Amino acid sequence: MPSLKDLKNRITSVKSTRKITKAMQMVAAAKLKRAQDAATASRPYASRMASVLANLSASAGAGGPKLLAGTGEDKTHLIVVMTAERGLAGGFNTYVVKLAKQKIGELRAEGKTVKILTVGKKGREQLSREYGDMFVAHVDLTDVKGGNYTESALGLGHALTKRFEDGEFDVATLIYSQFRNVLSQVPTAQQIIPASAPADAPKVDLKGAIYQYEPSETEILETLLPRYINTQILSAMLESAAGEQASRMTAMDNATRNAGDMIDSLSLQYNRARQAQITKELIEIISGAEAL
Amino acid sequence: MADKLHFALVSPAKELFSGEVDQVIAPGTEGEFGVLVNHAPFMTTLKNGVVRVLEGDSVKMRIFVRGGFADVTPDGLTILAEEARNLDGVKVEEVQAEMEATLLKIQALDKDDTAKGALQAHFDYLESLKAALVH
Repeated sequence: MPSLKDLKNRITSVKSTRKITKAMQMVAAAKLKRAQDAATASRPYASRMASVLANLSASAGAGGPKLLAGTGEDKTHLIVVMTAERGLAGGFNTYVVKLAKQKIGELRAEGKTVKILTVGKKGREQLSREYGDMFVAHVDLTDVKGGNYTESALGLGHALTKRFEDGEFDVATLIYSQFRNVLSQVPTAQQIIPASAPADAPKVDLKGAIYQYEPSETEILETLLPRYINTQILSAMLESAAGEQASRMTAMDNATRNAGDMIDSLSLQYNRARQAQITKELIEIISGAEAL
Repeated sequence: MADKLHFALVSPAKELFSGEVDQVIAPGTEGEFGVLVNHAPFMTTLKNGVVRVLEGDSVKMRIFVRGGFADVTPDGLTILAEEARNLDGVKVEEVQAEMEATLLKIQALDKDDTAKGALQAHFDYLESLKAALVH
């Protein structure tokens, strides 16, 4: 049976924990709003880009540029694992890493060479023990201020395109957490190189007319493809950022509630102990008086 | 509406414009072109310059874009710009300050940093934006 003082100390400590988790929850909620807006604002661009690419690649056929057609081989895979820079976000990072591990396992079982590029510190930490020797690069997002991921996305996009052109890999897959809504973030694997237009991109009915291209079709494709890849990376980063905040908000909300429950039960225990002590003292006094 | 052109201008950051207009004049890499309703399907890359949205004969809106694509389909015109800014409400001093900040960032980077190309493009964009404003 813990003493009264012990109980009191524990209650104070849980109370201050609750204050911290509550504050973190509110910070995450405020950041979530912004991150969510940014993710939603980037969607029109990404979806229109996808439909333009779908149009173009349908008419370009198989003879398109390498970024679209691929190297013709399927030996070396690059896995880009996108996680958060910070933890305390429930299972957010773990789910992404779990999917990455599963994917890496599958590829290795097929006898492919796997290289890993990590974005965000947490994924790197969790993967480094098992797959540390497969890391080729890391992208740090700690410097990103106010949800402005454009520069990082462009940098990563350029780096990927360059590595691809240097023949470092044949296929690149991006693993990130897709933001569905506040309560659900889905870890997703998406192939980004060679680029493929999503099958559900809206097809435009040309009503029998023929597209004109200026300059030529291939030139447009060549400028479009790197941008398409950058766009996909950017929207993945934005979705991941929104998901991180949402996940942290939920996790911290749960933590706050748990702390509240704990305080309740500890207070009950404390009051009982206090009552018991008073009763004990009374009995002592009464029996002392009776003895006289 | 059949006699209006549906026009959308999106940049990675946001959708700047979406709606029905009479005419749009855009800076294609091979020359400026105007798009009216029922234009033939057409796709081109863009250079830095001003996209003008016309309502009747008067310019309703001027948007400064950096690169990107214009895609004309029977459904309308879509411009995908790398960067875009509404020219009304932009001040020369602000652009100047941003140019200087970008230049500092470029100088701070290593020579072969991959982000450098992107920053340089951003700088060029600001430079031509400033030029367009001064005129």
